[in-house]
Amino acid sequence: MIRSELLRELAPVIADHLVVCNIGLPSQEMHMIDDRETNFYMLGTMGLASSIGLGLALAQDKKVVVIDGDGSVLTNLGTLPTIANNVADNYVLLIVDNGSYGSTGDQPTYAGMKTSLTEVARACGCENVVECSGADTSAAVKSALAGDKMTIIVSKVESGNVKVPVITRDPVSIRDRFMDAVKA
Amino acid sequence: MDVSEKIVSDFVANDVSFITTVPCKQLGGVIEAVEAHPAIYHIPANKEDEGMGLCAGAFMGGKRPAIIMQNTAIGVTINTLVTLTQFYRMPLPMLISYRGELGEPVACQVEMAVHTKALLAQLNIPTYHFHQEEDVEEFDKILKYTFMCNKPVAILTDASFWKGY
Repeated sequence: MIRSELLRELAPVIADHLVVCNIGLPSQEMHMIDDRETNFYMLGTMGLASSIGLGLALAQDKKVVVIDGDGSVLTNLGTLPTIANNVADNYVLLIVDNGSYGSTGDQPTYAGMKTSLTEVARACGCENVVECSGADTSAAVKSALAGDKMTIIVSKVESGNVKVPVITRDPVSIRDRFMDAVKA
Repeated sequence: MDVSEKIVSDFVANDVSFITTVPCKQLGGVIEAVEAHPAIYHIPANKEDEGMGLCAGAFMGGKRPAIIMQNTAIGVTINTLVTLTQFYRMPLPMLISYRGELGEPVACQVEMAVHTKALLAQLNIPTYHFHQEEDVEEFDKILKYTFMCNKPVAILTDASFWKGY
């Protein structure tokens, strides 16, 4: 299973929640599969999806799902101790771990080599860390959303991309529409 | 009221309730006051760009954020300031210790100090420089200005303002 197949399965599970989509293909794929006002699309700033999602979860009560990637978490590895030490039980961080930098041409990441982000997250103090296959991910996210416990899910999938258009919606419009959905 | 208490009381009066910090010796007092205030959620960040991501999320969640950091962080955060804070038009007061100014004991700090204002000017970031203690009287207005215009705004605070190290 590759990320776009995983996101197609996941879309109905997260449709009623706030979703922060990582830069590049995760945002573009979610935008193509199920564009919703409850989706925040990152158009730049690699690495900060998990941080934006945590700030959002700490600031209000609605559940927040972050669709992140192994490459982006490696870029901002300091995020995991911050997450562990600022528990927000309305926060689910899904790390789609395909062992590659998908948006830049599938160059390998260290998460696809010796480094286990699951173990890193646990060592940082994150209490509910689940590693699963792509096929089991939708169920894992569903269960995390039902559980009311901050959860990190590391979903092991294969590397690979589908052709998808870039997002042309203006960033202020993305942000404004999202903030209206947060308040609704 | 000392300077740190005045700064924190202005934050609270302007409904700033989510503050991320990366420490600096000069900012120790104000960070302690932030941590101690019950109306503020204080979330230390490991790096300033991470902190700006937290602030962006908190803003979209309905809270007014701020970041407290050292001027060396300008070098770390240019991409985040441009592609997140400015691109999505988000307000962000940045209380910055202006290391490398008069009274600085560490030569390396001067290397970033000489670029600080030029970089902020290049980024079109409104910039205020607190040098005398009474300059803090403008802080309340600077916060109102920041949340009026939805921009990152820099407040540089040097060693003379903090009365040395």
